[in-house]
Amino acid sequence: MKEFFRRRKTSFTTGGQPEGNPVPDDMWVKCTACRELVYKKELNDNLKVCPKCGHHMRMSAHEWIGLLDTGSFSEMDANLLPTDPLGFVSLDESYAEKLAKAQQRTGMPDAVLSGLGMIGGEHLALAVGDFAFMGSSMGSVYGEKMSRAAERAADLGIPMLTINTSGGARQQEGVIALMQMAKVTMALTRLSEAGQPHIALLIDPCYGGVTASYPSVADVIIAEPGANIGFAGKRLIEQIMRQKLPAGFQTAEFMLEHGMIDMVVERNLLRDTIGRLIRLYGARRHPVAQRDPVEELIGAIPYLNGRA
Amino acid sequence: MDETTHPHPTETPELTPWDRVQLARHPQRPHTLDYIAALCEDFVEFHGDRRFGDDPAIVGGIATFNQRTVMVIGHQKGSDTRENMKRNFGMSHPEGYRKAQRLMRQAEKFGMAVICFVDTPAADPKKESEERGQGNAIAESILVMTNLRVPIVAAVIGEGGSGGALAISVADRILMQENAIFSVAPPEAAASILWRDSAKAPDAARALKLTARDLYELRIIDEVVPEPVGGAHQSPQEAITALGARIRAHLDTISQIEIPALLKQRYQKYRVIGQYAEAGR
Repeated sequence: MKEFFRRRKTSFTTGGQPEGNPVPDDMWVKCTACRELVYKKELNDNLKVCPKCGHHMRMSAHEWIGLLDTGSFSEMDANLLPTDPLGFVSLDESYAEKLAKAQQRTGMPDAVLSGLGMIGGEHLALAVGDFAFMGSSMGSVYGEKMSRAAERAADLGIPMLTINTSGGARQQEGVIALMQMAKVTMALTRLSEAGQPHIALLIDPCYGGVTASYPSVADVIIAEPGANIGFAGKRLIEQIMRQKLPAGFQTAEFMLEHGMIDMVVERNLLRDTIGRLIRLYGARRHPVAQRDPVEELIGAIPYLNGRA
Repeated sequence: MDETTHPHPTETPELTPWDRVQLARHPQRPHTLDYIAALCEDFVEFHGDRRFGDDPAIVGGIATFNQRTVMVIGHQKGSDTRENMKRNFGMSHPEGYRKAQRLMRQAEKFGMAVICFVDTPAADPKKESEERGQGNAIAESILVMTNLRVPIVAAVIGEGGSGGALAISVADRILMQENAIFSVAPPEAAASILWRDSAKAPDAARALKLTARDLYELRIIDEVVPEPVGGAHQSPQEAITALGARIRAHLDTISQIEIPALLKQRYQKYRVIGQYAEAGR
């Protein structure tokens, strides 16, 4: 368990481009927070956490698979493709063009990667968003993949981990996108009925319809240090509502302070933390409780005997 | 769709989506408390979320509707500036959604159907609402409604804006008045997100397919309820009566369904929303 990030060292370098502008020889990248030049290999070996300032840079959905036991991931629903349900009339690029560009950039059909895997030998379902795909906005494919993964986890009786980053609902799919908030939340109630936990990891940035649905009612909510998390965007609050925002507003630490999440966990401790949680939830002594009928309770109280 | 569902009523076809946005926002349009006053008897309003405060942007309480006690909940806009300041333009804070959740749980406890009137531009986007967990408040509301063990009818009577509207509209039946809108975001916000220009809101209104007719065709809502000529504000009583009759009809239908079957249908209703292609099929 402890070797998570040590073990991950080699495979991270095979992932997508790191965040930030690569310098010409592609050996060095500039940290998006401290602006220091960092040797690319050193950054990847450090799980894309800046060795100089500790800033957690964004990772692609495929890079996040590294959180699982090596070789344990099997992808689900890779064949689901986005369509243009509204025939969206755009003033600039069409929805189809935007999708094609995002697909080319990320190598993904839409923003979510889902499947089954293991952490520390424990089975779980995983669904992870990729911010590079249209801001990991929630549309039909996002909602369907999350829902199917939740239902699959419920059927298999295993926990579910969602890794959430999003700009919100995908405008190009209108109310269909909005309704995915209800759909995924509903699908996850199946997991609750199966007595299995939903662990939500919030990574930078996580906003709008995603924050206002299933991750915010997860059994355990974890966030990465410094991740921006909120419902309304800061620009909206500052420019439209004309309110001054304090430093650190809508960070993971702010969310922890306001009681909205359980913990802030550094990237190199995530695997250990999630593995421990899954073991703890899995080693329960008692079956998931159905409440005893009232009559039985009354029968157990001597002075009420005969009254029920 | 059940047999109480009507196809489209006669509408004024020349209205653009942006025209309908204006009608949906008309200050003289009847609001939630007007509907409750006209359609229900013995309304007792309840206040507060028992955690932080009372939000005047969401009202709720118990009342008699169709000879039964029901829980009525709705966003409340004002008809003038003063009332709108008090009501925050119908933009609910976290405590508003948490009040709604409290009332819904109570409805379940006492076996009362829930009627929700939806009329909000969006959830309140202020700093204080963020601090009190607006995201969590909306998410909890959605969760409560997904498995509430009583029938729920939601009626969009004006603006159904984004997550703030969804938070009280997860239901067994969703009705929309002819000129009501339901949108992933207010058109101005969508135009800003999509094209970095909120002045393009009329274009966004068209592209988003936010009218009742569009959403009926997309199978998101169950029925379009006609309004008086020129919009609900031209003859509020007529608009209220028409909607009341349709709420009553739907409530009668879904009240016949056993709760486990109703919950199954509710799950199905939302589970099938979404359009995607499946390669290799």
